[in-house]
Amino acid sequence: MADTHKLEIFRGLIKFKSNTQKIWGVLILLSIVTAVEVVLGIYKPEALESHILGMKGLNWIFIILTIVKAYYITWDFMHMRDETPGLRRAVVWTGVFLICYLVFILLQEGGYVYDVYDNGFIKRDF
Amino acid sequence: MSTTVATTNTEGKTWSGGNEPLKASYGKMMMWFFIVTDALTFSAFLAAYGFSRFKFIDSWPIADEVFTHVPFLHGQELPMIYVAFMTFILIMSSVTMVLAVDAGHHMKKNKVTWYLFLTIIGGIIFVGSQAWEWATFIKGDYGAVQTKGGNILQFGEYKTNENGEQEFKRVAVKDFVIVSPTERTNHERKNGLWFVDEGTLPPYQIKDVVAGLEANPNILVRTQILNEEREKTILSREESLAAIKNNGKRVVEGANLEVNEYGSPLFADFFFFITGFHGFHVLSGVVINIIIWFNVILGTYERRKSYEMVEKVGLYWHFVDLVWVFVFTFFYLV
Repeated sequence: MADTHKLEIFRGLIKFKSNTQKIWGVLILLSIVTAVEVVLGIYKPEALESHILGMKGLNWIFIILTIVKAYYITWDFMHMRDETPGLRRAVVWTGVFLICYLVFILLQEGGYVYDVYDNGFIKRDF
Repeated sequence: MSTTVATTNTEGKTWSGGNEPLKASYGKMMMWFFIVTDALTFSAFLAAYGFSRFKFIDSWPIADEVFTHVPFLHGQELPMIYVAFMTFILIMSSVTMVLAVDAGHHMKKNKVTWYLFLTIIGGIIFVGSQAWEWATFIKGDYGAVQTKGGNILQFGEYKTNENGEQEFKRVAVKDFVIVSPTERTNHERKNGLWFVDEGTLPPYQIKDVVAGLEANPNILVRTQILNEEREKTILSREESLAAIKNNGKRVVEGANLEVNEYGSPLFADFFFFITGFHGFHVLSGVVINIIIWFNVILGTYERRKSYEMVEKVGLYWHFVDLVWVFVFTFFYLV
């Protein structure tokens, strides 16, 4: 039973010789991403504090890096790369769609409630 | 797909599980079903956290000021360091798990045993760290005063740091209060109304804080409202005294489900609920891993000629890691 894992990441930019080697490669990648997040989280560079599309630039970076990490954990650790496209789509599209929908509704509503407190007559904190 | 070996004697029996629609075995498919539903549960919690945060966007606690502790390093403010360590431990245990799965594909029993053992150790370290983090958060560090409206007032003073700049440094309530005797004792069922309960009494009275504040002219009050630089607003001396005298209700130390010295009680509620739910997942993951580990040692999967069970548990374990990556971002970073 030879290795039938797909051994390329970054669309073939990096090719690994064995599955074990790929695992360590992905670990290094995840560690670098986490280290970048932590360093940015501690120092919070002034340049990234400006708002882009309604959110701080730094927060966009954190969220994008989190999704990058989630991608590699799912694709390489959970072997999603080796599953059939049908299974992959059933899991990822369902999850991504429902989560985006839920997050949009709740954040929108939260912002609205804040505005009511801020501009309206209701002041009670609960 | 030869990376996923399954010999369950059902080959060819279409209606007995021999049919594998997406080339994934029944067990693995069910694990994916579970993971998708569980992912939706966790995202609902995190979205609810986002809702509450957006609702109080101008007064939410700053996580960097809350989680500053590292074990054995007392009194040093090191935000993020310990959580980063925990994240690394969990990613590391994910790696040993995936190595165990890989060794399983090659039917190497010894390697599977060792990698699974390391995974279990990583999980235990993580849960232990989480418990420590909880204990530190519950204990609190500076203490604060809760107002009649339920808001939090904290204390501090301006000090010159090593660069010669004025910097606002927090002052603990216990360091400046002037304690006065009190007649008030804790109400217990045996000495009062038997059907009424009372929690622990606050360590100090409001008048102790007022006396301490008046005796220390440099101490100022910091509210939970964020200013334009996204920092907590610091009141002037007169405003500070007025705020405590007119609105102070009780002294709060640490955090629990009802009060939180760092700001909105919702922050503490979500922290306990989300990290608690995740910690429970890690704990059950460790238990399942231990069961599977014994099965590996006993040679169950060797006889079955397939280590697919390790792979299925591995999926769960990676999922727990995946959730932590999101909790880490939304609780500690953003």
